[in-house]
Amino acid sequence: MKYIIAVIKPQKLDDVRKGLVELGIEGMTVSDVKGFGRQKGHSEVYRGAEYQVEFMPKVKIEIGVEDSIAPVVVEKIRSVAKTDRIGDGKIFVLNLEEAVRVRTGETGAAAL
Amino acid sequence: MKKPALAAAAMTAVLTTTAAAQDVAPATDTSVFVFNSVLFLISGMVVMFMAAGFCMLEVGLVRAKNAATICLKNIALYSTAGIMVYLVGYNLIYGVSEGGFIGSFSAWGADDSDPTGTGYAASSDWYFQMVFVATAASIVSGTLAERIKLFPFLIFVALLTGFIYPIQAGWVWGGGWLDARFDDFAGSTLVHSTGGWAALAGALVLGARDGKFAEGRVHPMPGSSLPLATLGTFILWLGWFGFNGGSQLALGTIDDAISVAKIFVNTNMAACGGVMTAIILTQLLYKKVDLTIVLNGAIGGLVSITAEPLQPAIWQAILIGAVGGAIVTFAIPLLDKLRIDDVVGAIPAHLFCGIWGTLVVPLTNDGVTIVGQLIGVAAIGVFVFGVSLAVWQALKMTLGVRASSQQERAGLDKSELGLEAYPEFVSG
Repeated sequence: MKYIIAVIKPQKLDDVRKGLVELGIEGMTVSDVKGFGRQKGHSEVYRGAEYQVEFMPKVKIEIGVEDSIAPVVVEKIRSVAKTDRIGDGKIFVLNLEEAVRVRTGETGAAAL
Repeated sequence: MKKPALAAAAMTAVLTTTAAAQDVAPATDTSVFVFNSVLFLISGMVVMFMAAGFCMLEVGLVRAKNAATICLKNIALYSTAGIMVYLVGYNLIYGVSEGGFIGSFSAWGADDSDPTGTGYAASSDWYFQMVFVATAASIVSGTLAERIKLFPFLIFVALLTGFIYPIQAGWVWGGGWLDARFDDFAGSTLVHSTGGWAALAGALVLGARDGKFAEGRVHPMPGSSLPLATLGTFILWLGWFGFNGGSQLALGTIDDAISVAKIFVNTNMAACGGVMTAIILTQLLYKKVDLTIVLNGAIGGLVSITAEPLQPAIWQAILIGAVGGAIVTFAIPLLDKLRIDDVVGAIPAHLFCGIWGTLVVPLTNDGVTIVGQLIGVAAIGVFVFGVSLAVWQALKMTLGVRASSQQERAGLDKSELGLEAYPEFVSG
């Protein structure tokens, strides 16, 4: 099993969700996060004073998937979240040791 | 108590309208008394609600970690003002002898023994004056937000509302020494600049928030809720109709009714002028409209028209307010350059626009001189700023006025109140 963490632009969340549901993904965890990458921050003006916004708002998606479909899921997220502009985000793939469904106690792929 | 009075007012209104259609019948003593009192009461109610306006404006412009504390300060300062105006303030304003410097130190009690002589219910006047005093105190809390300790602040408010404000207001509205040479209809100087001077003195003694001017640069600390700040501004705008309209002090005759209505229109248009000027100027200066400066622009316009909301033609009211909007737009970054930390922009809007509004009165009012206006602005400025500075300094050396750096970083909500304004993660 793989654990996929994708940090994407907030406005792309809905498209990514639709794309993954089409692939048959049955759940995901989403959080509002802030961060910076190559995009760095940008400057804004508040009450006449310029300041640097160091951390940009992003959305973080976390999904556990079976090994077999991990590449497809990653490619789906990448293609949908892409705007060709700097700051589109990153996708990380980790090995996932175990998964447990809280209600039934099922483990492994059955719990995903 | 209120219901019969309102019913009587409505009946008189019907009678007056019918009378006006034919020959104008003179107002009776009763109708004058009732309408004057109703003007004070209704105006006083909306001015009281300005306390909520200030509270929302301030809570919107502070960071979330200081939101609950600013709410507490606002309701506490309003209550402090009420008690102090009763105990000593009112008679300091109105107990002054003609041409005198100081009123009497005594508690207020309603005297309705000669209703036709006074022309209004004594308590309606007290109420109307009391909410004005609270307004001046509200101005101070915004400037000093996010770093001042609660009790030293409230001690200052008690002295401001019990003594500092009443003494200088007595000079003009109480018939004291400034009255003959100086004109301030609803309090550009007496209320707004007074609050502004007290806030400026406090800001100087207190110093800037931690990190605000670190490394020689200005570090903006964006407010936690711009919708609340906007709501607060709208509430203040509404309250200003009572503030300026009620300051006609009479509604018992056709002339007075016409004046109050004109004041409403001019007050409104000055705020419009302030807003539009701030929108245009921030767009030109920063390539983006700055909402919070626009909100300050509305207040700046309102403060500017407060010294004379009746005489200006509508176009003059718009221009007077527009200059207020410009003053605010330029003064906010200027204060930053001077390293004076005014969290909500109260000093530009209330102090600077208050001075501007007072000095422009001779433009529209014959018999008011620029020299007289300057004397009033200077005398009240020196008195309020000087005494406030001394009080703040004394508080600093005794109780201390500032939260510790650690408390400030954690937020005053934690250190002063032990709670969070928005505790979404505490429990479901």
